[in-house]
Amino acid sequence: MTSATLYDCRDAFAETVEALAEEDPRVVVVCGDSVGSSKLVRFKERFPSRLINVGIAEQALIGVAAGLANGGKLPIVAGASCFLTARGMEQLKADLAYTNANVTVCGMSPGVAYGELGPTHHSVEDIAWLRAIDNIVIVVPGDPVETSQALRAALAHPGPAFVRVARTGVPAVHDSGYQFQLGQAERLVDGEDATVMANGTMLAPALEASRALAEEGLAVRVVSMPTVRPLDEAEVVAAARQTGAIVTVEEHSVRGGFGGAVAEVVVSTAPVPMAILGVTGFAPTGSARWLFDHFGLNPAGIATAVREVIKRKAS
Amino acid sequence: MRGRWTDVALPGRVPRTLATEERAALLAEASRQLRLVELEMVEAAGLGHLAGDFSATDIVAVLLLGVLDIDPKNPKWPERDRFVMSKGHASACYYATLAACGFFDDKMLGTYMAPGSPLNGHPDAKRVPGVEANTGPLGHGLPIAVGMALSGHLDGSARRVFCLVGDGELQEGSNWEAMMAAAHRGLDQLTVIVDRNGLQQGASTEATSRLEPLREKAAAFGFAVEEVGGHDHLALLQLFERLPLETGRPNFIIARTHKGYPVSFMADRVEWHHRVPNEEEYAAALEEIAS
Repeated sequence: MTSATLYDCRDAFAETVEALAEEDPRVVVVCGDSVGSSKLVRFKERFPSRLINVGIAEQALIGVAAGLANGGKLPIVAGASCFLTARGMEQLKADLAYTNANVTVCGMSPGVAYGELGPTHHSVEDIAWLRAIDNIVIVVPGDPVETSQALRAALAHPGPAFVRVARTGVPAVHDSGYQFQLGQAERLVDGEDATVMANGTMLAPALEASRALAEEGLAVRVVSMPTVRPLDEAEVVAAARQTGAIVTVEEHSVRGGFGGAVAEVVVSTAPVPMAILGVTGFAPTGSARWLFDHFGLNPAGIATAVREVIKRKAS
Repeated sequence: MRGRWTDVALPGRVPRTLATEERAALLAEASRQLRLVELEMVEAAGLGHLAGDFSATDIVAVLLLGVLDIDPKNPKWPERDRFVMSKGHASACYYATLAACGFFDDKMLGTYMAPGSPLNGHPDAKRVPGVEANTGPLGHGLPIAVGMALSGHLDGSARRVFCLVGDGELQEGSNWEAMMAAAHRGLDQLTVIVDRNGLQQGASTEATSRLEPLREKAAAFGFAVEEVGGHDHLALLQLFERLPLETGRPNFIIARTHKGYPVSFMADRVEWHHRVPNEEEYAAALEEIAS
């Protein structure tokens, strides 16, 4: 199921955007200067008039996309997630969410992807910010196949959607037969001692932690939850009731993100011991991989958290 | 509610086949009726931005009733001209004019800001036919208008986009981001109209964070600029008939207006930004507008 090769999900994003533009003349891409870092150079060559680069101007960028949608276009917005979400937040709320504009916003290079560039360039709050706004679908795909399918599903969704496109290399978790569905979780490994719920770059470390824990005799369920909204609440309740302990893991702040979304369901349906793994505080200097280790966002860190929640379950 | 909702006959759209002077006269009368309706709406709701409504009434009436190529029976007609009311707080003016166009039944105006009404204090395109964008937070309309103009540009369509912005609103940087993008692409089907009444919520624009020299600023950003009397129906019509002012450049029209116009005790008075008239003021305003 997995392979050792690591993929930059921006490549799957770029290929899919080009395919979508071929399939539907209404598709346009709106970006703010970041043609290269969003891997849109080939798109620009193939569809020059359909790449709308508004310059370094995130507020106008989201507004322009809303206006293009009003004019019958299907805009795909691409920009570094840290700037796009924070600078364009009021436009995301009023022009897209409140208006129910059919715009797909792609947050590129999210989480700690920019590593050594520091916390100004890290996007570990984007999910929390967007979760606080009603009516935006939020998807955090975990590998190239899922990125491609999530982008298609987001565009087909008749309203605003946010897709987080990972830059830090991930292994292929899904094969080409995978069928992504908005709002649907996927049980990758079954088990009854605890559940690890993960998405994005944390999918592979979660699977590896589960394998390591199996060697200790612990049957740990691994649930992939690419859609943060609408959250597959039934799968969360099932995990709580059937395994009695949940660890969430995400490349995002521990406050208000995917873990927060799961916790909101758990606490109001079937309270069980939980741990929320993610980024705590402004990160020190280091590469994305170094920061994953620093914050325990790796198989060892996940395994430790699982052992702890299982202990709390027993007490 | 303190107000007395009465039926004021709403004007309809003015046929574009008439001579310009004739249309201007009809639009002037329409604006007078619209102001009476706006006064009633704000009085009934006990809330609103009446002085800003009155400032924009003539411009909005000329555009929606006399200039725009729209079909109120088919509000989503893809080839329609677009009007973006970026100063979304002037919603009484906007809603009254949309109702006059026939986008919805004018009886709905009596529910302005009432519980459960589609007529929120700031417009919601999902609930109000004819509204193109959910404005209210300032600096949102112009970027959206640029996107609308771009969609027409990509389609090779002649459809035009008009965006009315408040002058104080121009302090929001998003407008200038959008203006750069519009000029860069030569979107001459886009027309920005500034309701230049000189006042913002708490003081004059020039005392707050000055806009002048606005004409030169807009020109430097790549727009073709004209100034016009914002309560002069004939001058507004004649100017809109000349669009685009220059091929390949977006249009920037500075419409000189008075907040609260034509009510003597409201005009150019900053305290009327969101004040609601009391009984005596209501009666006096009614008389001044009606006469």
